[in-house]
Amino acid sequence: MIAYLLRRVGYALPTMLGVAFLCFMLVHLAPGDPLVSILPPDASADLQKQLMRLYGFDRPLPVQFGHWVWRALQGDLGTSIATARPVVHEVFNAVGNTFILATLATLIGFTVGSLFGFVGGYFRNSWMDRAASVVSVIGVSLPHYWIGMVLVIIFSVQLMWLPPSGAGPSGSGQWQWDVAHVKYLLLPAFTMSFIPMGIVARTVRALVGDILAQEFVVGLRARGLGEFGVFRHVVKNCAPTALAVMGLQLGYLLGGSILIETVFSWPGTGFLLNQAIFQRDLPLLQGVILILALFFVGLNLAVDVLQMLLDPRIERT
Amino acid sequence: MRLKIRSSLLAVFRMALLSSLSTAAFAQEKVIRIGMTAADIPRTSGQPDQGYEGNRFTGITIYDSLTQWDLSSTSKASEMIPGLALTWNVDPTDPTKWIFTLRPGVRFHDGSAFDADAVVWNVDKVLRKDAPQYDPAQIGATLSRMPTLRSARKIDDLTVEITTSEPDSFLPINLINLYMASPAHWEKKFAAVPAGITDKAERSKAAWTAFAADFSGTGPFRAAKFVPRERLEIVRNPEYWDATRRPKVDRLVMLPLPESSARTAALLSGQVDWIEAPAPDAVDAIKKRGFTLYTNLQPHLWPWQFAMQPGSPFADRRLRHAANLCVDRAALKELLSGLMAESTGIVSPGHPWRGEPTFQVRYDPAAARKLMIEAGYAQVKPARIRVQISASGSGQMQPLPMNEFIQQNLKACFFDVQFDVMEWNTLFSNWRLGAKDPSANGAAAINVSIATTDPFLAMARFVSSKAFPPVSNNWGYFSNPDIDVLLAKARTAFEPEQRDRALAVLHARIVDEAPFLFIAHDVSPRALSPKIKGVVQPRSWFIDFTTMSVD
Repeated sequence: MIAYLLRRVGYALPTMLGVAFLCFMLVHLAPGDPLVSILPPDASADLQKQLMRLYGFDRPLPVQFGHWVWRALQGDLGTSIATARPVVHEVFNAVGNTFILATLATLIGFTVGSLFGFVGGYFRNSWMDRAASVVSVIGVSLPHYWIGMVLVIIFSVQLMWLPPSGAGPSGSGQWQWDVAHVKYLLLPAFTMSFIPMGIVARTVRALVGDILAQEFVVGLRARGLGEFGVFRHVVKNCAPTALAVMGLQLGYLLGGSILIETVFSWPGTGFLLNQAIFQRDLPLLQGVILILALFFVGLNLAVDVLQMLLDPRIERT
Repeated sequence: MRLKIRSSLLAVFRMALLSSLSTAAFAQEKVIRIGMTAADIPRTSGQPDQGYEGNRFTGITIYDSLTQWDLSSTSKASEMIPGLALTWNVDPTDPTKWIFTLRPGVRFHDGSAFDADAVVWNVDKVLRKDAPQYDPAQIGATLSRMPTLRSARKIDDLTVEITTSEPDSFLPINLINLYMASPAHWEKKFAAVPAGITDKAERSKAAWTAFAADFSGTGPFRAAKFVPRERLEIVRNPEYWDATRRPKVDRLVMLPLPESSARTAALLSGQVDWIEAPAPDAVDAIKKRGFTLYTNLQPHLWPWQFAMQPGSPFADRRLRHAANLCVDRAALKELLSGLMAESTGIVSPGHPWRGEPTFQVRYDPAAARKLMIEAGYAQVKPARIRVQISASGSGQMQPLPMNEFIQQNLKACFFDVQFDVMEWNTLFSNWRLGAKDPSANGAAAINVSIATTDPFLAMARFVSSKAFPPVSNNWGYFSNPDIDVLLAKARTAFEPEQRDRALAVLHARIVDEAPFLFIAHDVSPRALSPKIKGVVQPRSWFIDFTTMSVD
């Protein structure tokens, strides 16, 4: 187990370096001015050159990359050009906010999706199956920012029950799990939950259908096991795959949804990434992408380990 | 046991009482919550970013400058008035030196005195590279708006000498954009930087970051709460030096809401009391819900800037005039639900710099076609032009539908217009490089909206032959010796009336030469809750929050 873990971490290191290199090159090759946030459009090209020198953007790209990697290895991802705040602080604040949102969205999505999936799988081709399928297809097909806007129109503008944007009455810095704060979380979390809900529902439906068709289920029933007992076995057999799907979904959601977080002004990683892209804030952009890539690698590793613990038959070589 | 229950009940009662008292206190506090179009809180360290919206919300609210805009009138262009300087005059023996006499008795929010040392310190923060407070992050938004500023020197506690690179009568207006941050407060932040940070530039950067989170100026509002990227709260400064402009509201809360539908939803749901730039298609819904829409002419121009180099069709003045005669601005205004003003020059009629142009910008397609035929064009032989435009962008209004509308108008006058559509950041990066640069892709015009707040930003940078790229924004290489002379006259006219007269002559000549296709001025729409009273929307990018109260 430990050897397996070490081997996986060993595989992750070159992946990380590759991601760092790719993201560095991509953001530098993209057109635009990295100083856009501190240089108004009416600034002259002369002034722009002066600032490029001051910020070190006039140095060769390999030198800039080496400098960035060296500092990143020491835990310093530089400072945001737009805000002059350390990138590490910016990213971790955003990760915390996205974690709150993604966790609730995944919980809602997994619970509702599993429910629809089991109903669909158990009652194949019935009206309940069709209804569950329609909901899950809608979940994966409709643009989520559109769903978000519709929810805002209904629950914020018309009914005035829930706030349409933000992360709490005083901002995310003082997040608390109370009614006043959770009200801000409901609309974005519900909107975001449509993604995992649809995917989990479809996965679980297919799994349940497959498992119910297997001989061991017939055997269980032949031995007189009640329907609830059979259900427990089906759940146990579905769990590893469903968990893997949920883990991946959580990973995607932890990456932040640019559209949903922007529609709801939720200050998570997607919102931050959006701002970094539009402001051409290269240090911030590189920092966010690197941290998110790290998360993804770590999460995949955690899911693999969890799968192995749940189902010892899964062996890794 | 009974005692324990009683003490618990008492504690609960006390808490409930305190809670209700604090709620009541909060309810009594007069607060205005604003949804900005900015994607982030504009910088609070003194020189805001995010364009003039930044100056509007974290510039003039927190800081003052030596000179400032008079924002008290809705019917005439905002004028420059004394701010932290009481008087100023150019040195009669050396017109590159200005003497400013400072307002006595002004204090920063931290209690330190505003004096000549503070002015020198604030000039040095953007000019003197060896000064500890030199901040590269602040120079972009500052030096581009005061290109001739060179240095400041203290004469005595309340007198400062400011030097320019050449005689420049525009300097006092340009200095409206130089905000005075507290040197004493910054020094405290600088002293508190951890000793582990040894690099001089890094120490300075860390001090500015700390200052931005806990800022100190001399303005009518002071720091209360700053949540990066989410909200800024500022509260009234009861000791503001101008007793007539002490705020009537207790607190301003600013939220960055860059997405227009999110801003509109925030207003309609009661989350904010004020939004900037509502989407035109939301205006009716906003009005129906009882909100008030404020608009007024803004010193802003949404033009096409023509390329004048040999080979460009617009090197021929007849084509420049024809294009200006071929745009139906009234219909364009209708397309934008009225949220624009028709442009007939860089500044509008009634402005002190307007003058009396000979060429009248109007909608007259017959006259336009006549000019085109004179120049050798016809329906079957149109002038083929390429125009660089953006799909969106700050100050760009609704660039796609507006440009398509103009494209259709111009087709009727023998222009065949093709667009290079690009992202806003790329467009203005190209703009800096000029029409001769390969990035222009042979474009005969570019659509970049401009601020026209002062004579440099409105005229000098576009028409001076000294302003070709990379020096400034004369993208089209417009050059006219007469206009250079008129500009020099305006720059050396140091009496305000004399300067305005010279600018009026210059502006009239610019309109006659038509280096732009004059199309629209923004009207700075904002929707406010009816509970906000005393709103004066001036002809400016800015607005004075101190006149406002909340019912």
